[in-house]
Amino acid sequence: MDSYDTLIIGAGPAGLTAGIYLSRARQNVLILDSGSGGGQVTLTHAVANYPGTGETFGYKLASEMKKQAVGFGCKVLTNQKIRSMELEADKKIIRTEKGDYSGKTVIIAAGGRPRTLGIDSEKKFQGTGISYCATCDGDFFTDEDIIVVGGGNSALEEAVSLTQYAKSVTIVHQFDHFQGYPHAINAAEENPKITFMMESLVDDFLGEETLTAARIRDKESGETTELSITGAFILIGYVPGSEPFSGVIELNGRGEIVTDEDMSTNLKGVFAAGDIRAKKFRQITTAVSDGTIAALNAMEFMYGADPDKI
Amino acid sequence: MTLDTNLEHVTSASELDELIKSNENVMVCCGRMGPMCVPVYAAMESLRDSGDYDSVVFKDMLFDHPEAAVIRSLPECATFRGLPFTIYYKNGKVAKATSSIQDEDQVASILKEVY
Repeated sequence: MDSYDTLIIGAGPAGLTAGIYLSRARQNVLILDSGSGGGQVTLTHAVANYPGTGETFGYKLASEMKKQAVGFGCKVLTNQKIRSMELEADKKIIRTEKGDYSGKTVIIAAGGRPRTLGIDSEKKFQGTGISYCATCDGDFFTDEDIIVVGGGNSALEEAVSLTQYAKSVTIVHQFDHFQGYPHAINAAEENPKITFMMESLVDDFLGEETLTAARIRDKESGETTELSITGAFILIGYVPGSEPFSGVIELNGRGEIVTDEDMSTNLKGVFAAGDIRAKKFRQITTAVSDGTIAALNAMEFMYGADPDKI
Repeated sequence: MTLDTNLEHVTSASELDELIKSNENVMVCCGRMGPMCVPVYAAMESLRDSGDYDSVVFKDMLFDHPEAAVIRSLPECATFRGLPFTIYYKNGKVAKATSSIQDEDQVASILKEVY
């Protein structure tokens, strides 16, 4: 079994920041990522509010963070699916499909992933009508009728952005009000190409090889409508990637890891950072902040509060 | 725009033609530097570097390059409406094609199925 000072789960901004701080402090650090690394920032086309970088691509920012962590000696392993873990003892063990690793401390920064509707036909039409990225796939729907599912800032802003391609955009939202900022709501409401189906749910997507319609149900009356569309953009937020930690660590009702302001979880020596933990704001900057705090507290956990050792 | 990846890029239709004629197994991801494409490039780099797929040539191609019409116009891509278009060639012919994001496990599974 390979032994480390700290095991970090997740190679997004929170995990990589923790890796930068710890490896720069000459700690032996391993970052394990279940995918290809980078976190949700790689799913962001342009990042304009990360201080000091100007406008940059999400993948580029993540790549630079990874380069910085590796440059300080941090080891990053991708596509590591967790099989089991023992986090209560002093020696913490994580077993993946590819190897077993131990650490004195663990930082969980496994992030989240885009929420899906969870209906069978959603998967069938991914890439042939259903998309999760308006910037990537909008131009495939030029002069066509499409829907955007969701009612937050992303859904509203992407719906407006999609009107530069689509003939019409229908926003389908489950509530009677939007969760976005007023300026985003106004922009959508004032756009002549956008119509709204409020308090409505998508029950099914229809078509043979490609998407041709969506079956939409009015929550109040139960009536269903078959809307002829060729595209559907699903923008309904994110879910935390905390499934492997269920029953191992304290989660709240939304599946987020509960921490204190030191990023400590209910298990000694186990910290959580970034989008996986319960918090109000989920930004790259807050993930970076969480990663920093988790790393410094992991150091303090291992060596005490002597600032010369941190 | 250029592709900022650690994969070798295909830059012309003739180059692709030569590539699939001279190699039994070729995987080409045709996309942009967008959120749905980047994870596929990363998966390809990881699989290439793993050493488990030395018989496969991993390449990418810029979707908006005029010469990428050789991929965009493939019959196998006729119904595709999501980037990237990922093509798996076997003995010069398309053995499999996928649209939109794929993770490393999905790509590895197709590589095992096709090659």
